[in-house]
Amino acid sequence: MTGKLRSLGLKLFQKAKGGFNWTSVRPKASLPGRTFFAGRPKLLGALGVLAGGAGLLIYALEASVDASSDCVHPPHQDWNHTGLLAALDKESVRRGYFVYKEVCSSCHSLQYIAYRNLVGVCMTESEAKSEAEGITVKDGPNEEGNYFDRPGKLSDHFPSPYPNEDAARSANNGAYPPDLSYIVSARKGGEDYVFALLTGYCEPPAGFTLRDGQYFNPYFSGGAISMGKVIDNEVVSYADENVAASAAQIAKDVVTFLKWTSEPESDERRLLLIKVVLMSAFLIAMSYYIKRHKWSALKSRKIFYIPELERQAAQAAREAELAAKKAESDQCNRCENKNTDKD
Amino acid sequence: MKVIYNTLFKRTSTYAVAIIASAFFFERAVDVSSNLIFETVNKGKLWKDIKGKYE
Repeated sequence: MTGKLRSLGLKLFQKAKGGFNWTSVRPKASLPGRTFFAGRPKLLGALGVLAGGAGLLIYALEASVDASSDCVHPPHQDWNHTGLLAALDKESVRRGYFVYKEVCSSCHSLQYIAYRNLVGVCMTESEAKSEAEGITVKDGPNEEGNYFDRPGKLSDHFPSPYPNEDAARSANNGAYPPDLSYIVSARKGGEDYVFALLTGYCEPPAGFTLRDGQYFNPYFSGGAISMGKVIDNEVVSYADENVAASAAQIAKDVVTFLKWTSEPESDERRLLLIKVVLMSAFLIAMSYYIKRHKWSALKSRKIFYIPELERQAAQAAREAELAAKKAESDQCNRCENKNTDKD
Repeated sequence: MKVIYNTLFKRTSTYAVAIIASAFFFERAVDVSSNLIFETVNKGKLWKDIKGKYE
């Protein structure tokens, strides 16, 4: 074992001494796969069509399964924050926060958002502070070792309505109201799904059995959801009189708020897109030009290989060499003859 | 072109200074222009547009 390792090490060391370069590590000039297909273009074409057809078939099967899943697909809404450069409407985020506070926070937690996250997004610092002071937080042991309650600070996260999942389940017929911080990212359909869910309650179709405490929602997987219809017209009164508090408006605002909680960095991401595209366009153009400039010498060289001329040249060289040898020996002979003549 | 070469590009030290200085100004320009583009496209949606109502 060690012998093999040693020989391998020795080989690597010798190769490294000689230098790893392109000619020493490249594969054989003609890989078997390439030469096999080189002379059979029709076979290659047929294989390509087959692969493309298989891909199309798989896609069609997948799409058809999608259509017959266990819930209705949410209709696509025209959110004004979809788009490469579109930011979230902060006014809507602000209203959505108040909707969450009044309607949803009784059952759903939002544990990954802190009050300080609201500052500079939809509230001023003092507003966020006063919102935070509206909640009481159980704080850690004081000097005497006692736990105590205090009003919230900016650094506190949003309070959970239940202390743990079991309490949540027992208060809600065994169903756990999920945490909403990332719900828009965590559900297939995103904002469209959540909006459709909130506004899509209707009568169950005939023969559909609902247990106690369940409601029918066609957009929910399986149809039987434990949350009742919470969003109606005027469940929340908006501070802004210009905005009518219809069910659709309320749902739109709360979904925009939840989109922000899922992706608080989305605005900055879109700003960065502009910068990256600007810089990349310039840098890619520069790189392309410089690469082509440096490679131009290599790309414009010509290599000649003329076997017949080479063979003739080699033949001529050999004959010239023979003739030169002969001439030399002739000269020496002449010298000897001269000597013998004298004798 | 000749002037630029003789004053800036000829010596590596001056070339380096030119690169750093132009990078600074270029980055500022890119920052300002992309912020402008973003804010124009998203007029009315950003916090800076609505914070006047709440301060």
